[in-house]
Amino acid sequence: MPSLDRRAFFKTASAASAIAVVTVASAPRVLAQATTQAPEGPFKLAPLPYTPAALEPHIDAMTMEIHHGKHHVAYVNNLNNALKDYAELAKLPLEDILAKIAEVPEAVRTALRNNGGGHANHTMFWSIMGPAGGPGPDGELKAAIDRDFGGIDKLQETFNTAGTKVFGSGWVFVTVDKAGKLALATKPNQDTPLMEGARVLIGNDVWEHAYYLKYQNKRADYLKAWWNVVDWKAVSGRYAAAKAGTLKI
Amino acid sequence: MTFKLPDLPYAYGALQPYMSAETLQFHHDKHHQAYVDNGNKLIVGSGLEGKSIEDICKAAFAGKNAGLVNNIGQHYNHIHFWRWMKSGGGGNKLPGTLQKLVDDIGGFDKVRADFINAGVTQFGSGWCWLALRDGKLEVMKTPNGENPLMHGAKPILGCDVWEHSYYIDYRNARPKYLEAWFDNLVNWEYVEEMMG
Repeated sequence: MPSLDRRAFFKTASAASAIAVVTVASAPRVLAQATTQAPEGPFKLAPLPYTPAALEPHIDAMTMEIHHGKHHVAYVNNLNNALKDYAELAKLPLEDILAKIAEVPEAVRTALRNNGGGHANHTMFWSIMGPAGGPGPDGELKAAIDRDFGGIDKLQETFNTAGTKVFGSGWVFVTVDKAGKLALATKPNQDTPLMEGARVLIGNDVWEHAYYLKYQNKRADYLKAWWNVVDWKAVSGRYAAAKAGTLKI
Repeated sequence: MTFKLPDLPYAYGALQPYMSAETLQFHHDKHHQAYVDNGNKLIVGSGLEGKSIEDICKAAFAGKNAGLVNNIGQHYNHIHFWRWMKSGGGGNKLPGTLQKLVDDIGGFDKVRADFINAGVTQFGSGWCWLALRDGKLEVMKTPNGENPLMHGAKPILGCDVWEHSYYIDYRNARPKYLEAWFDNLVNWEYVEEMMG
């Protein structure tokens, strides 16, 4: 916990606008090694598929390190802990646990909902992002976006508006069904459309921890910038998998 | 009548090192201001114009008006949040009337631990509280903009556990924030005032 160093910094900082820049530059490197894993349990935290700095300047490296190495790992550990005494449940794939969240034992239902949802959402989240500058949507996916949202610009506008309207922590998603039909969804906290048996094409995290170090209260700016780091090739892969019935989380 | 953003009752830097000036600038000037602005817009035509903020909180919650619950709720919560803190606060010397209520539910250490635990276990954005219900003290937690008024109790102390309240200073370490807040910032005189 770097609060002492940070406090020293804050004593000398005067311009609020300097915060984001300086906090990123002073990111304690120890955070990169913080992906500690509970020794037991069916679920594991996968490494980020790119370096924490790969999404700069749209998402800063420090945010990525804490988000993956502290927040996501906590969901994984808490999920494994919740499953410790439920061997049968622990054998199920995560999407199945989430689809039957209303039926799991009450003693662990909230823990599985929050942490299972958190693990699924973040696993999806890392997988659909990549360095800025990649190609946009094409082929069948582009056709579906045109058909169901009226084009990529309209999708982004609709998605961003929905994201700004989530009050407090939550997510904004595009879901996809087996016919390839796309729809917008928002959820509070770590809930996910997987809990209704649906499938997620893309989702953006609007918990403040996803953007506060760089964007502070300006969630709308984060939502807008996020599209720069969407990996449309990965999204196309999810779209094809959804239509084939093989998309999991 | 429109709601207005109250001034902070101290300088932005007054709560350092436990809460930075930067956090207070964003939290008060941006977040609280947005709740005031949105609340003033949403109150129009709601049938609740002119009522007290406490009554609006209760009526909005009873009427499932999510916009007002969140924005007027957050306005109420933050009006008091600024005053529930002071430079040189914290400590376990409580005003006598409060001490008795605290003793009735297990004493200072237990109430402190329960309050912090309520804040740690409030999943996602929300608040943890000490509230009075039927003359007894109760530790509570509520999501987003809700508060104990909406749940039949009277808040006398609340801590904001939205990430915007601590992320600049503590990152993901919400327990550290809650401990530092409780031990170093709580203005117990204002808690006593809220009991009146």
